Amino acid sequence: MANTQLQDADPRDGAVSSRPAARRTKMAARDVNVFYGDTHALKGVDLDVYEHEVTAFIGPSGCGKSTLLRCLNRMNDMIEGCRVSGEMTLDGRDIYSRDIDVVQLRAEIGMVFQKPNPFPKSIYDNVAYGPRIHGLARTKSDLDEIVLTSLEKTGLLDEVHDRLDQPGTGLSGGQQQRLCIARAIAVSPKVILMDEPCSALDPIATARIEELIDELRENYTIVIVTHNMQQAARVSQRTAFFHLGSLIEMDETEQVFTSPKNEHTQGYITGRYG
Amino acid sequence: MSERERGDGTMATEHIVKAYDDELKQLSNMISRMGGLAENQVATAIEAVVRRDNDAAIETIESDEKVDQLEHEVDQFCVRLLALRQPMAGDLRRIIGALKIASDLERIADYGANVAKRALQLNQIKPIKPVYAIPRMGKLAQEMIKDVLDSYAEGDVEKALDVWHRDEEVDEMYTSLFRELLTYMMEDPRNITACTHLLFIAKNIERVGDHATNIAETIHFLVVGGPFSHGRRRTHDGTVTIGLDIDADSS
Ligand SMILES: Nc1ncnc2c1ncn2[C@@H]1O[C@H](COP(=O)(O)OP(=O)(O)OP(=O)(O)O)[C@@H](O)[C@H]1O
Ligand SMILES: [Mg+2]
Repeated sequence: MANTQLQDADPRDGAVSSRPAARRTKMAARDVNVFYGDTHALKGVDLDVYEHEVTAFIGPSGCGKSTLLRCLNRMNDMIEGCRVSGEMTLDGRDIYSRDIDVVQLRAEIGMVFQKPNPFPKSIYDNVAYGPRIHGLARTKSDLDEIVLTSLEKTGLLDEVHDRLDQPGTGLSGGQQQRLCIARAIAVSPKVILMDEPCSALDPIATARIEELIDELRENYTIVIVTHNMQQAARVSQRTAFFHLGSLIEMDETEQVFTSPKNEHTQGYITGRYG
Repeated sequence: MSERERGDGTMATEHIVKAYDDELKQLSNMISRMGGLAENQVATAIEAVVRRDNDAAIETIESDEKVDQLEHEVDQFCVRLLALRQPMAGDLRRIIGALKIASDLERIADYGANVAKRALQLNQIKPIKPVYAIPRMGKLAQEMIKDVLDSYAEGDVEKALDVWHRDEEVDEMYTSLFRELLTYMMEDPRNITACTHLLFIAKNIERVGDHATNIAETIHFLVVGGPFSHGRRRTHDGTVTIGLDIDADSS
C-alpha cells in the first residue's frame, strides 16, 4: 500500500518535463528577400535561430536553403547579381549595417560546406589559418594551443597528432570534414553554418559528425542544411521547411516530424512530394 | 473537414515509392481483417451464452489463436516498415496506430474467449433470469467494435468520437446489471454460482467497450496528430456508489 502511495505521480512532474528552458535568439531574419537577377530565390522569410540549439533547414532542391544560409554570414555579397533585402541580426546587431567588418563577421559566423575543402596545406596550417589572419594568437605556443584544442574538440587529434605536418588533403573524407569543422571553430565563432556537411560521407563518418554537432551545440549555435530527414530529426532541436523560396513551417523538430501543421511539409517529409 | 482530418490522416497524394503505399494499404487490411475476427469472436461468445450453445463456445475458444497469430503478423510487419521505410509524420502515426489497435483487438478477442469459457460453465447449470441483459450489452459492444473499425477504414474521426461516447452506455448497463445480480444473490444463495459467472461475463463485455474506446482514441491520434482532448466523460467511478468492482477474467 505504501508503495502505491509512493508511485503516485506528482502533478508538478509535468512542469519539469522536457520543455526547453527560456530561449535566446542568436540570429534573426526579418522579411528577407533575395534575388539572383530576376530569380526571386527567397520570399519574405522571417525566422529566429536560438542560441545553443541546432536549427535544421530542409526542403526540396532549389527552395533556397543554401541561399538563406549564405545570407546569414553575407557570403551572398560575393555573388554577382545577388540582391538581399530585409533585416538580419546577430545578437541583435544588424549584420548588413555599413559599419560591419565582413571578414570579422565571418569569423563570428563560420561555415562548413558540402564537400570537405581543406586548403592545400598541412593539417596544422589548415586549422591555424583563421587564428593567424585574425591575430588571435600572440605566440607560437598560443597558436599550438588553439590548433590542438580545435582538433581535440572535433575528435580528430587522436587520429592525426603524429602527422600534423602532412597535407590536410591526404585525410579521408570524414576526417577532412572534421578538419574543416576544426578550422571553423579555431576562430571561436558564435555560430556555425553547415551546408549538407555529411552528404559526401559514409554512415560511420556521418554518425561522428552528428555526434560532434551535438557536442558543439553546448558552446556554439548551429544551423544545418540537410537533405536527410532522419539526420534533421536526429541532430536538430528546431526544423524549418522551405518550399519555392518561402518558409512554410518552422517548429520544434519533434513536432515537424510527428505532426507537421502544413500539408506541404507533410508531403515532403513523408516522401509524397510531387 | 479540414485538410488535416482527411481520410487516414495522410494526404491524398501518393508516395513517390509505390511499394510503400502498397505496404501501408496492406497494413490497414491486416487491421481490418483482425478487427473482423475479433468482432466475430465477441459475437459467437455471446451467442454461446444466450443460446446455451457449447459448440459456439468451444469454437470461440479455439479461434482465439487466430487473432493472436494476426497480432503477431501485424507486429512483425510494423517493425519491418519502421526499419525499412523510416516513416515520418502521418505515416509514422499510422504505423504506431496499427500496433496499438492490433493490441486492443487482441485483448477484445481474449475477452470473447473469456466469455465463451464462462458460457461453458453457465450452460451446465439452471438458467437464471438476468441473462436477458447480456445480449443487449453484447450488441452495444459489438456495434462499438464494428463502428470503430469502420471509422478506422474511413479515417473518420467523428465516427470514432461517437464510439468513444457510447462506452458510457455499456458502463451504465454493466452497473445496473451488477446491482440486479447482487439482489438476486441476496434473495437466494443458490443463485450465487450462476450470478458470478454472469457478472464476469458482463465485466468482460464492459472491457470490450473500453478497448473499442482505446481504438477510437488511437484513430483520433493517427488522423489528427494531437492527443485526445475531450473532457473525460463520466465513468462508472463517478456514478457507481455500490460496493466492490471486479476485474475481468485475466487469462
Ligand atoms: N549563384 C546563383 N545565381 C543564380 N541563381 C542562383 C544562384 N544560386 C542559387 N540560385 C537560384 O536560387 C534558387 C535557390 O537556390 P539554393 O541554392 O538556395 O537552393 P537549395 O535549397 O540550397 O537547393 P539544393 O538543395 O539543391 O542545394 C534556385 O532557383 C537557384 O537556381
Ligand atoms: Mg543548397
